[in-house]
Amino acid sequence: MLMPAGSGDLYEKRKGVYPKAVDGFYRRFKWAVMAVTLAIYWGTPWLRWDRGPYAPDQAVLVDLAHRRFYMFAIEIWPHEFYYVAGLLIMAGIGLFLVTSAVGRAWCGYACPQTVWTDLFQHVERFIDGDRNAQIRLAKAPWSAGKLARRLAKWGVWLVIAFLTGGAWIFYFADAPTLQRAFWNGTAAPVAYATTAVLTATTFLLGGFLREQVCIYMCPWPRIQTAMLDEKSLVVTYKHWRGEKRGSLKKAAAHPQQFGDCIDCDQCVAVCPTGIDIREGPQIGCITCALCIDACDRVMAQVGRLRGLIDYCTEDDAEAEKQGSPPRPLSQSLLRPRTIAYLTAWSAIGAAMLFALGARTRIDIAAQQDRNPIFVRLSDGAIRNAYTIKIRNMEARPRPVAVSTDGLAGAALWTDATPRDDASSRIVATVPADSVAKLRLFIAAPAVGPQRQDFRFIVRATDREGGGDSEDARFERP
Amino acid sequence: MADEPTKAVDAATGTPFKGHEWDGIRELDTPLPRWWLWTFYATILFAIGYTIAYPAWPMIDSATRGMLGWSSRGALASELAARDAQLAPVHQAIAATTIAKLAGRPELMRVAVEGGRAAFKVHCVQCHGAGAAGSNGYPNLNDDDWLWGGDLATIEKTITDGIRNPDHADTRQSMMPAFGRDQLLTPQQVDDVVAHVRVISHQDKPNDAARRGAQLFADNCAVCHGAGGTGSRELGAPNLTDGIWLYGGDADTIRQTIWNSRQGVMPRWNDKLDKATIRMLAAYVHSLGGGEALPAAAPAPADNAAAQP
Repeated sequence: MLMPAGSGDLYEKRKGVYPKAVDGFYRRFKWAVMAVTLAIYWGTPWLRWDRGPYAPDQAVLVDLAHRRFYMFAIEIWPHEFYYVAGLLIMAGIGLFLVTSAVGRAWCGYACPQTVWTDLFQHVERFIDGDRNAQIRLAKAPWSAGKLARRLAKWGVWLVIAFLTGGAWIFYFADAPTLQRAFWNGTAAPVAYATTAVLTATTFLLGGFLREQVCIYMCPWPRIQTAMLDEKSLVVTYKHWRGEKRGSLKKAAAHPQQFGDCIDCDQCVAVCPTGIDIREGPQIGCITCALCIDACDRVMAQVGRLRGLIDYCTEDDAEAEKQGSPPRPLSQSLLRPRTIAYLTAWSAIGAAMLFALGARTRIDIAAQQDRNPIFVRLSDGAIRNAYTIKIRNMEARPRPVAVSTDGLAGAALWTDATPRDDASSRIVATVPADSVAKLRLFIAAPAVGPQRQDFRFIVRATDREGGGDSEDARFERP
Repeated sequence: MADEPTKAVDAATGTPFKGHEWDGIRELDTPLPRWWLWTFYATILFAIGYTIAYPAWPMIDSATRGMLGWSSRGALASELAARDAQLAPVHQAIAATTIAKLAGRPELMRVAVEGGRAAFKVHCVQCHGAGAAGSNGYPNLNDDDWLWGGDLATIEKTITDGIRNPDHADTRQSMMPAFGRDQLLTPQQVDDVVAHVRVISHQDKPNDAARRGAQLFADNCAVCHGAGGTGSRELGAPNLTDGIWLYGGDADTIRQTIWNSRQGVMPRWNDKLDKATIRMLAAYVHSLGGGEALPAAAPAPADNAAAQP
């Protein structure tokens, strides 16, 4: 071995984290966020949305097999993937926006790793008891009782993990059908594999790796560290008010020497990542604000002002240190950077909405045969062949007519009809929500430019109408 | 930087310094988590297992074979075998369906055209070209001009038995005399016939030579090419009045053709390809744009495969 594995310098033993239960404003807010996010995650695939007989009725569906993405009234085709790219860009800028306004709120409240870890920790407390009982149990030798508790805890975790992993697949197929197939054993192998993998990762990441994901694996804390500035909200221990720490007894004996912090360590006890916020801002702090709740309760008990640990920007902390009163949170939300992000975010959103409203739902593409480029027919005319694709992006069959513009004397026919039936216009019906492929022959007089540009025109011949055109080229010897 | 004692400890975190410094930024020697180490060991174990299970270690003439016996060649062979097995039923169906009935079965027809496209790339492109556009002396299969006929059954017959195979009774057979070389016509007479052919193909205006050639044509050529020069499919005699020339329509080339005659040959594919492949080739060639409808009264061609169990 090149490295002395057990030397203690290169590798760090995991410190156990046993966060204590706490109640307060931020804890209740976290409960609410957890309820909403889990409801969205588990509920969304079961929402229905009527799209008529030719399209699925699942409100949100990523139909990989048929290459369609449905989201309520919006249907995205693969060639419109830039809408998804736009959504991802909006999600990115949205994270910047949230970070500039309220710091690492994503990490603290909405990140799946946070939500599921939180959920798993509640299960843990329910089975093992609160912090002290958990520590005792962890240190206790293995016994039937400990084994029973461990198996019970892991069992419940596994059920939650299975429900989590299992819910994911419903976004990719009709949920009620897939659920029946899943239990029948007739679902696609990929459904079982996905469920198994996501069950395993949920179980491991939520039950065991927890804060290690935030501290070692996730790139986002690093990016956020770079994005935070002196005007960002961070969870701050107001050391100028708290120091020097001392117990109530000591403070009573020497009233002038000690600050507000009574060194009760409640802020450390409740922390889900096991850090001490009094050491200052650090990468391990996901700003879940549970230490604020814990400290506020203690301050209330000892009759001191709340907010010894509180959300506070670095600038405000500096001002407070100089003696100005704490600024309300609402005043630190709006600033030029936040407004700039909000503007960019809204502009992209508005542009996408406009593009969605204005997009055409019928579309033509033409590819010319390259070998041979042209064919001389026995009557002397020249024939070119094209593969035409007409996309009908609406959930009903549509009659269309294809014609040419700018090619004099052109006669069109398809491989399904003889040349005798050639005419200046081809009619076809494109099935609902699909691409019709036509092999199209065009014959034109041999006299003319060697390369003649023209356009294919497709028009829907139903009442709604609409159409598209495509540049093409006719070649002669 | 080098002389900074490595034991120095960062006051804020209690972590020792690594001893590197760049522009005042010093690197901390933060320990890796233990689980990372175990993950690292797990990947090493996986790698060892992988090299035992799969071909990996280079030896003198080949690599170790691996316990699972996997090879990319073997994987390809099994994929090809699976593909063949998958296609076998539809190939049998094509072999069992006469070409006349194939036209009425669009789902089989589609497979046949695609199968023919693949077979064409292997067996036919050498003469007819990748796009089936032919070249000098090799017919363009995309156009609407056919020497022997352009309906499905006729194309299948042409591919099956070939053209002018000397040792084969069923082959398509016809022979144009070498009018000049064999002294059936004088050089002057040949020139007159050339002039006539140029006129009936609308390339030259009527002239004296052509008028002399018209009588010579009626005496010598019309028996195969027809009185008007429109050809005969029974004999594979080309239509001389249309816009398409197999060897060329200029006076020199026509003169060479009449002087030496032309004897294009195509192999009989019956010997080399199975019934289904030939049928698929016929379907593909027919689909290229010049395919003609089957004559309504044509008797169904004899089909050996249909008679087999």
